[in-house]
Amino acid sequence: MTYYLTKRTLWSAVSLFGLVVFVFFMARLTGSPVDLYLPIDAPESLREDFERIHGFDLPLWQQFVDFLGGLLTFDFGQSLRQGVPALELVLRAMPTTLLLALYSIGLALIVAIVTGALAAWRPNSIFDRIATLLSLLGASLPNFWVAIVGVLIFAVTLRWVPTSGTGSVAQWILPVFVLAIRPAGLLVQVARSSMISALSSAYVKTAQAKGAAPARIIFIHALRNAMLPVITVAGDQAAGIINGAVIVETIFGFPGVGKLLIDSIMFRDFAVVQAGVMVTAVAIFILNFTIDIVYAVLDPRTRGH
Amino acid sequence: MNSAVLPGEAARRRPRPTKWAMLALLRRDKFALAAAVFLVVVVLAALVGPPLLGGIGIDMDLMARNAPPFEPDRGFWHILGSDALGRPILARIIIAARPTLLIAAAAVLLSMVVGVLLGLIAGYKGGIVGDVIMRLTDIVMSFPSLLLALVVLYIFGPAITNVIIVLAITRVPVYLRTTRAEVLEIRSRMFVVAAEVTGASVFRTVSRHILPMVVPTIATLMTIEFAFVMLAEASLSFLGLGVQAPDFTWGVMVAEGRSYLATAWWLSFWPGVFIALVTMSLNLLSNWLRIATDPVQRWRLEREVASDE
Repeated sequence: MTYYLTKRTLWSAVSLFGLVVFVFFMARLTGSPVDLYLPIDAPESLREDFERIHGFDLPLWQQFVDFLGGLLTFDFGQSLRQGVPALELVLRAMPTTLLLALYSIGLALIVAIVTGALAAWRPNSIFDRIATLLSLLGASLPNFWVAIVGVLIFAVTLRWVPTSGTGSVAQWILPVFVLAIRPAGLLVQVARSSMISALSSAYVKTAQAKGAAPARIIFIHALRNAMLPVITVAGDQAAGIINGAVIVETIFGFPGVGKLLIDSIMFRDFAVVQAGVMVTAVAIFILNFTIDIVYAVLDPRTRGH
Repeated sequence: MNSAVLPGEAARRRPRPTKWAMLALLRRDKFALAAAVFLVVVVLAALVGPPLLGGIGIDMDLMARNAPPFEPDRGFWHILGSDALGRPILARIIIAARPTLLIAAAAVLLSMVVGVLLGLIAGYKGGIVGDVIMRLTDIVMSFPSLLLALVVLYIFGPAITNVIIVLAITRVPVYLRTTRAEVLEIRSRMFVVAAEVTGASVFRTVSRHILPMVVPTIATLMTIEFAFVMLAEASLSFLGLGVQAPDFTWGVMVAEGRSYLATAWWLSFWPGVFIALVTMSLNLLSNWLRIATDPVQRWRLEREVASDE
């Protein structure tokens, strides 16, 4: 297990490095930020000063070496747009996105486990069919459309929640629900099928024969074993949640990493884009790593490998 | 001819479900049938719709500006309402169906071909080449695809071909990993080993003995992926880095309608409904396809056929 995790960490470091190199050169291909940050009639001396201060006058390889050197001390450079260290901007935005993702995936997991377990208890019952169809529908809805229709119904028409912002608890309700719908739809299907196979296993038959209550069989005996695939898929959804967060943060004006990255791409704020890509990728890696450990705790059989 | 042909011949003679048998199976699953019918209607509309519509959906009609849906006296085309220039929504949905479906289809085909090819190499050859392929896949997968697509599209400009290529690249790992996993499992089976020891070439072994075993899984995957890619294109277009005017897709229509949300909800609502319906139909169909192409599970559908007739 330790060997496996070490190997995985090393390979992830290689992937991460590849990603950073890719983003560094890609970002430079968009052209110099000078045109975006100085007035069109700025004198040549001013342009040269701007390039020199931010190091854009150096040859590309020199910029790259400096960038790699900065990485070692967690220095991603200054944000052009806001004049503060890029990493600081990203780390300030990160909690919002992480909380958004955490609440959504938590909500999706609860919905999926309860619905999936109940649907699996009597396969092909009315409840099962409705749950299956609804979960398929949930997995098929475009995020941005749900967000817009949600704003229309719950914010504009019913006025239950605000349309945007992050100040109050009420402002989190709509974004969290919007983000949870697709993973919930997918996870219900996974939970249902893994519960069905868990319920048909020998240990459940034994529990039934001993006269255990249905609730005990579902939640104590079967669910713990059926959780593994659900957690795996939930982990795979993490990157998808970040995708969704970009859209949801844009629509609801949330100051998270998704919105920060979009704005930085548009304003050629290279340092922030690089820092954002790096931090997001690290966050996803830590999450997958945690899931591996959770997996080992839940399933003793995987510990040996 | 050498004896390596025999396993292939045997495979050909094995009773396989014919096209008609597959259709009979489709008839058993009501939801899958409805999904298939809906998809056929949408594809037909996308193919023959635009020329038949003529100017409907393009010509402005200022009398019908933001006309609400379900007012039959405005005529059939205005049944789902009209946009800010009085163009009927239904006609515009039909016009947008073609680019929407074409972009998704092109991206799915491109990523499938590249992914399956690399997956076959990584799975059958393995070695250093296989390792390099898998590490590159890890890089693509270690980052949210939408953000990656945004960065790339911002650099190369949001043309339709770029959207297709970007979507394809972010989805290649899915086919690659699936194909590789299948190949790793199949290549150690007796019929593959038999083909190899009787002197079948690498090309023959892969194309005649391994590929046919992978095809059903890939077909199912493509159905789900089509839905995924369609949603991804809609998201990109919604954020303004996807399809650009004068072309428009369902995602663009949702984005354009957003500014009229409080006064004319139908502008954003209906295109989104079509995205959701097509996506859901594809999901239903892929569920059915997975069972119908799996010899172990096909009896579930066949038994219902037998009991019904």
